[in-house]
Amino acid sequence: MQFMCLIYNAEDNGPQPGTEEFGPYMQGYMDFTEEVREAGKLLGGEALQSVSTATTVSVRGGKTEVVDGPFAETKEQLGGFYILDCKDLDEALAYAAKIPDAAYGRVEVRPVMIFD
Amino acid sequence: MLPPVHAQSLVARLIREDWGRILSSLVSSIGDFSLAEDSLQDAVVSALEVWSKDGAPRNPDAWLITVARRKALDRIRRSQVADRKSSELALWLEQHHSDPEDREMSIPDHRLELIFTCCHPALEEKSRVALTLRALGGLSTEEIANAFLDKPAAMAARLTRAKHKLGAAGVAFKLPDPQDIAERTDTVLSVIYLIFTEGCHATNGEMMRENLVQEAIRLGRILTSLLPDHAEAKGLLALMLLSDSRRLTRRGDSGEFVPLEAQNRARWDQARISEGVALTETALRRAPAGRYGLQAAISAVHAQAKSFDATDWPQIVALYDVLYARFPNPILRINQALALSYADSPEAGLRLLASVEDDGKLASYQPFHACRADLLARLGRHLEAAESYRAAIALSRAPEEASFLETRLSALRLN
Repeated sequence: MQFMCLIYNAEDNGPQPGTEEFGPYMQGYMDFTEEVREAGKLLGGEALQSVSTATTVSVRGGKTEVVDGPFAETKEQLGGFYILDCKDLDEALAYAAKIPDAAYGRVEVRPVMIFD
Repeated sequence: MLPPVHAQSLVARLIREDWGRILSSLVSSIGDFSLAEDSLQDAVVSALEVWSKDGAPRNPDAWLITVARRKALDRIRRSQVADRKSSELALWLEQHHSDPEDREMSIPDHRLELIFTCCHPALEEKSRVALTLRALGGLSTEEIANAFLDKPAAMAARLTRAKHKLGAAGVAFKLPDPQDIAERTDTVLSVIYLIFTEGCHATNGEMMRENLVQEAIRLGRILTSLLPDHAEAKGLLALMLLSDSRRLTRRGDSGEFVPLEAQNRARWDQARISEGVALTETALRRAPAGRYGLQAAISAVHAQAKSFDATDWPQIVALYDVLYARFPNPILRINQALALSYADSPEAGLRLLASVEDDGKLASYQPFHACRADLLARLGRHLEAAESYRAAIALSRAPEEASFLETRLSALRLN
C-alpha cells in the first residue's frame, strides 16, 4: 500500500536555520530519506518552501479567483511530505514516527487511493 | 442432521459464545472486516430459516463460516465495484467453498488478531470499545448503544466508520509487530478496563450498563486464555473479579449506596474472591508489578479481611506507595489517605490529602472532598467536614452518591 506522510509544523517551531540544532535536524532528514530508500519504501517526497510563498486558487462559475496565502490559516502548516510503500498502516506509522518533525510538529498518515 | 430443535436458542448461544471466534476466522480468511461481519450476519439469518426447518447441522460453527463465505461471494458479485482486490477475493472464495455439513472442518482461532485490530490506536477510544464489544462479545449495535446511553443510529454510524477506517487506512489483520506489542497490549487492557468501569457507573435499573461488568470479565478471560503469560492481563482480570465480588453488597434494598464498612461480607462472592486472589498472586510473581496487578492486590487485601476493622490497613498503605511510585497519579493519594487514616490516624490521612491539594485538578474531583469530609468528621471537626460534604454533594453525578453524602452531612453536629 502507498501511504502519504504529510508533515505539519509551525514554521517558528523546531530547529531554525542558523542555530546549532539545525545541522543535526537536516542530517536527520537525510538519514531518514536514505533509510526509506535503502529499504525500498521511498516512492517520493519533497520539502516545501515557506507558507509565505503559498497562493490559493479556486474556480467558481467559470471565474478563477486567486488569493495570497495557504488554504487554511492555521498555526501548523504543511511543510513537506513523503510517499512510502508500506505493507500496512503499522509499518507506515513506524516510519512516520522517525520523520524528524514528528518530534516537534505532527505527521498525518493517509493511504493513497489506487484506481485499478 | 439433528432434529429441528430450537434453532433460535442455538443461534443465540452461538452468537453469545462463538461470535468472536467465527468472525475472527472469517476476517482472517477474507481480509475485509466489514464484508466478513455483514456476511456473517447474512449467514445467521439463513441459519434461523434453515435450522428451524431442517434441523441444526452437526458442526454449526463450520456451517456458519461456510455459508458466510458463500454470502461474501454473493455480496462481491452484487456490488458494482469490480476492482482487483475483490476479484481476487471472489476467486479465492470460489476455490475454497466447502460443504456446510462438513463436520471435520476445523476453525482456526484468530481472536487475538481480532482484539488487537478492534483496539488499534488508529481508532478513536470509544470506537475501540464499541467494536470490541461488537466483534468479540457478540453484542448487538442496539445493546452497545443502550450500554453507552447513545442512540442506536449514532452507534451504528460509529461502528460503520470504524470498520471502514480499518479497511481503508490499511490496518492489517495481524498481531502487532514485536516492537509495538507491549504498548498495543496495554491499549487492549485499557479498553477492557474502560468497559468494566463504564459498567460500574451504572445506576439502578440500567441493566445493559450493568452487564458491561460481566462483558468485561468475559473479555478479560478470553484475553488471559489467549495471552497466558501476560501478567497484567491476569492482574486486570483479578481486579475486575475482586471488585465484582462485592457487587451485591454495594447497594442497599432501595438502591442506596453502601460503603465498604457497612457491607455484609457474608454476601461477598467467595468464588470470585478465591479466583481473583489466585490470579493476583500469579500476576505479581513477575517484577515489576503492573498497575492492574497492584490494584488487584489492594482489592484482595479488602476481600480477605474478615471485617472492616480486621483489614490489614498498613499493607494497603504500603501497596499504594508502590503504586504511586510507579504511576504518580494524585487520585491514588485519596484512597491512600483513607487507608492511612485507619492504619495511623485521620490526621495522617489529612496531611497526605493536603500534599496533593495543590494539584488544581482535584478541586473539582468529588472523591477528594468526600474523603476529606470523612476524615474531618472523624476528628470531630464538624464545621469543616460540613463544608467538604457540601462540595462533594455539589460534584456528585449519581443521585445515590449524593444522598449518601447528605445522610452523612445531616449526622454532623453543626452548632
